[in-house]
Amino acid sequence: MIERGHHDLGGLPAGKVERSEHDYAEWERRVDAMVQLLRFQGKITVDELRKNIEALPPEAYRTMAYYEKWVSSLAQTLLQRGIVTTEELARKMAEIDART
Amino acid sequence: MKEDQGPYRRLSYFQLMEVTLRELLVEKGVLTPGQVDSEVQAMRKRTPERGARVVARAWIDPAFKQKLLENGSKACESMGIEVPGLHLVAVENTPSVHNVIVCTLCSCYPRMLLGIPPDWYKSLNYRSRMVREPRAVLAEFGLTVAQETQIRVHDSSADMRYIVLPMRPAGTEGWSEERLAALVDRDSMIGVAVPKGPQD
Amino acid sequence: MPEPRFKPGERVKVLKAFPPGHIRTPYYVRGHVGEIERICGAFPNPEELAQMRSGLPAQPLYRVRFRQNEVWPDYRGNPADVLEVEIFQHWLEKA
Repeated sequence: MIERGHHDLGGLPAGKVERSEHDYAEWERRVDAMVQLLRFQGKITVDELRKNIEALPPEAYRTMAYYEKWVSSLAQTLLQRGIVTTEELARKMAEIDART
Repeated sequence: MKEDQGPYRRLSYFQLMEVTLRELLVEKGVLTPGQVDSEVQAMRKRTPERGARVVARAWIDPAFKQKLLENGSKACESMGIEVPGLHLVAVENTPSVHNVIVCTLCSCYPRMLLGIPPDWYKSLNYRSRMVREPRAVLAEFGLTVAQETQIRVHDSSADMRYIVLPMRPAGTEGWSEERLAALVDRDSMIGVAVPKGPQD
Repeated sequence: MPEPRFKPGERVKVLKAFPPGHIRTPYYVRGHVGEIERICGAFPNPEELAQMRSGLPAQPLYRVRFRQNEVWPDYRGNPADVLEVEIFQHWLEKA
């Protein structure tokens, strides 16, 4: 049990805000698009997605890129909902890996 | 994983995950082929220019401004700007009040109106410090807020999303809505900047 | 919406509780006293939605205004500076 979620950052000491911005890659935009489409369909909620991001270990939460966290969380959420299974993910990942 | 093959770039684990999920969801009929790309295109059309138009309208039309402050989403839709699912709260800057927006818990932002938020808005440092030392963070953004001005920091912790209605720059009397909208950038609607002046 | 318990202007205290789960009441306001700025409406409970439940009945959501110098003892800005945070009714009690 943890008393304070490591995502619950308000008021914690931190450094200068890095102003750099990056133009989002297509794969990142597609993650965002999939999330929106699945939410509009009522298949997942943003609350489950947030919960699964918050469940990432503290170091991963701090160092993973934004859309890496979202795609990981999307996979976990779809697994929890039974929309995909681990076996299906494994099969498909191997298939894609073999052709790329 | 396969070795790098000349000009082909190996996917990262997370890029692989994106392709995997998309192809599985299409195989299962949850998404149709091309639906994700269509949604990406629709999302690209949501840019800060939409918010700038709303701000410019509020500057010119006091009745619209009242409506905007009462119900931000209804006001957008009355201008033909579609924002399905958005619960928008507009907060008004005045000579004595400066507003700034943050989401300390994640990255909540009025995406339906303004598009994707910048990296820094989602950064750990912004989320940690803006609620605690707004003046210091705003100074890092190049914005000095007078000590006598009240700063209101809005933490988007639940269902509402926020847009700052900046003050209309001096010297813009008689300007058209379009010309005014061009002064309003994304950062002024988050509250870390103020709009350009006519001379900029 | 069920009749909201609090009205704009009323002083409220955020529960000083630290339960596990997905929570949208930030840590830094727990136990602090603020004032209702407005009633935002009623929304399904995100704590329940996160667990794949309906979150119904919808609960009143408020924007609560806190003085910065009440939340952070070492705050050095204008004493009038405030924080405004959305908080669900079940996290609030009369101050």
